[in-house]
Amino acid sequence: MAVTDIAAPPARTARRKRMRRPDLASQWQLMWWKFRRHKLALFGLVVLGLFVLMTMFAEIIGPYPPGQRDTKYVAGPPMMPQIVDTAGNWHLPFVYGVKGVRDSKTLRMTYVADTAQLWHLELFVRGTPYKLFGIIPGDIHLFGTDQGSVHLFGTDFTGLDIFTRSVFATRASLGVAVVGVAVSFILGAAIGGAAGYFGGAFDNLVMRLIEFIRSIPTLPLWLVLAALLPRDWGALQTYLAITIILALLGWTWLARTVRSKLLATRHEDFVLAARLSGCSDTRIIARHLLPSFMSYLIVDTSVAFPEILLAETSLSFLGLGLREPVESWGVLLYAAQSIRSISQAPWLMIPGVFVIVAVLAFNFVGDGLRDAADPYSRS
Amino acid sequence: MSDLLTVEHLSVRFPIRSGAVWSKVVGHVTAVDDVSFTIAHGETLGLVGESGSGKTSLGQAVLRGHEPAAGRVTLDIDGRRIAITSMGKTELREARRHMQMIFQDPYASLNPRMTVRDILSEPLIAGAARGERLSRTQIDARVVDIATKCGLSRDQLNRFPHAFSGGQRQRIAIARALVLKPALVVCDEPISSLDVSIQAQVLNLLAELQETLGLTYLFIAHDLAAVAYVCDRVAVMYLGQIVELGTTRQVYYSPKHPYTEALMSAVPEPDPDSTRRPILLAGERPDPAHPPTGCRFNTRCLHATETCRAVMPPLRPLGDGHFAACHYAETLELRGALALGAAATATA
Repeated sequence: MAVTDIAAPPARTARRKRMRRPDLASQWQLMWWKFRRHKLALFGLVVLGLFVLMTMFAEIIGPYPPGQRDTKYVAGPPMMPQIVDTAGNWHLPFVYGVKGVRDSKTLRMTYVADTAQLWHLELFVRGTPYKLFGIIPGDIHLFGTDQGSVHLFGTDFTGLDIFTRSVFATRASLGVAVVGVAVSFILGAAIGGAAGYFGGAFDNLVMRLIEFIRSIPTLPLWLVLAALLPRDWGALQTYLAITIILALLGWTWLARTVRSKLLATRHEDFVLAARLSGCSDTRIIARHLLPSFMSYLIVDTSVAFPEILLAETSLSFLGLGLREPVESWGVLLYAAQSIRSISQAPWLMIPGVFVIVAVLAFNFVGDGLRDAADPYSRS
Repeated sequence: MSDLLTVEHLSVRFPIRSGAVWSKVVGHVTAVDDVSFTIAHGETLGLVGESGSGKTSLGQAVLRGHEPAAGRVTLDIDGRRIAITSMGKTELREARRHMQMIFQDPYASLNPRMTVRDILSEPLIAGAARGERLSRTQIDARVVDIATKCGLSRDQLNRFPHAFSGGQRQRIAIARALVLKPALVVCDEPISSLDVSIQAQVLNLLAELQETLGLTYLFIAHDLAAVAYVCDRVAVMYLGQIVELGTTRQVYYSPKHPYTEALMSAVPEPDPDSTRRPILLAGERPDPAHPPTGCRFNTRCLHATETCRAVMPPLRPLGDGHFAACHYAETLELRGALALGAAATATA
């Protein structure tokens, strides 16, 4: 029986380019189409994109270098950009100037807005020079003021700009998450893959080990491991060590997924068919086994991000993870935990918002990916 | 006609494990027990039997898709005898081009992540290891050729399996099996997961391809009408053993084994006025891990005697190429499909 040709008639060829052809679409295209329907996930993806830009161009986005202290505005509250002044006149965005007032009882410096002074906000202003990516010199900052200074999120007790530090902290926090997830991905895929492939006693051993690791309460375990790090290690060494500790504990989820998917697909008819057509083991693994659960691995990985992110933040918050002068969201929050901060400078907690936004974005994207992971499901 | 496939004393066993953590093999299910048969060049041998009788295991063991526990499988390709069961891994990969398989479920046997073109070229590309390296255009030419023969059009090659219906998918699976130009094709229930309307098309396609490409089929099915339609000879399996083997006419019209008779009585009857009653077998099929002593069928056979319960009857020749494994094959008066009034086989 001849199967009829269903090519589109000529009149429609112009439109055909834009038409979806599910019959010609690869798995990744189908996944993308399904993912696109998940609005929240798309939003999460955009937010994550912004975070990535933030890590790359932190020097430009932050108006000041992260270590620059503003001695004229120590522990100052966030400055709100305005467009209408007290007299009701409209302006381009500006912040009010500040003047320091010493409290006569506590002798503490407090800052009040000086409505007579308008510091205008400008885009792409020249400021402190920096080297982008460590090589490209530049002095353009995304925004700044024509006079005075701008501290969107206020400053801490040493006069450091919290907005700048939050932006720079994205680097360390996401860096730990990316490296941690990458290492646990490799560990999980290799160990889980071996368990699923060899099966038998090795599989048994690995599964019991995973159960053991997971049965230990995580926080005390991190604490013990982090406490074992020598206190005289430098910031970078600690950073690496923390990443590896988190990865060593984070691979178990992925290993389980890989193993179960491998066990399930190994007995699929199409794998047997490939073997019967003379495919080598390598070819079967690369062409048939891996692609059929790659999407699940990606989902699991995207779900693992927030966990590692939160782990780093928790550890640093407890003073056992990264430490000054490295900026990470946890390190910034560590400074916010004293009663003094909460009563006198509650804006120190603003970096926590970054953590929440990042975790939510990862979760939304993970959710969307989970729905899109199997475009062949009939649901 | 010489024999293409010779199967001697083939057995397949599956271990039974027990214990959750430190599992031990506590026994074996013998899915195929000491089975021997031959298939001539260009012939179609049907393999029928109820679910769990070992049909699929036998088919896979012949191709070494599942390693047989014992026995010999030999292929005769152009006068050269190829001992499939004694081959090493590399040799076996090379020999695989002579024998291919068509699976029952075309939804499971095609990788959803590959285009039809990739699926059909894979056997040819994997063959690069065999020294028969084909160029991109040669591979493409052969893919298009076999796809056309199987009723697929050229523009369908770039699509993914999910864009096809069950019948079309089975055509793709058939094309994949035939792209290597094999001598033997094991069809493992190739039509049982298809719509009735599509079944006939696929059967006709298989028959057509057999004619043009000179194929030999081992046709596994439980649809007796389909088997009667395409097979030259039929083997009936029960609990891992062949209980009867003969030409389709012999097995269908003058069965020599009581199990075959019961099977034939179950062929659906198109005549609504028919008063025929199928022969209902008493009891359950015995546990294949603990088969009964003597004749495997003795627990459900209407004619069983003490001898049947004690001595296992061998599959023995009854003349004219008809074999049966029954002590009373010559004396029992058994009715075939025709005598039972089943015109169904003829009209299928």
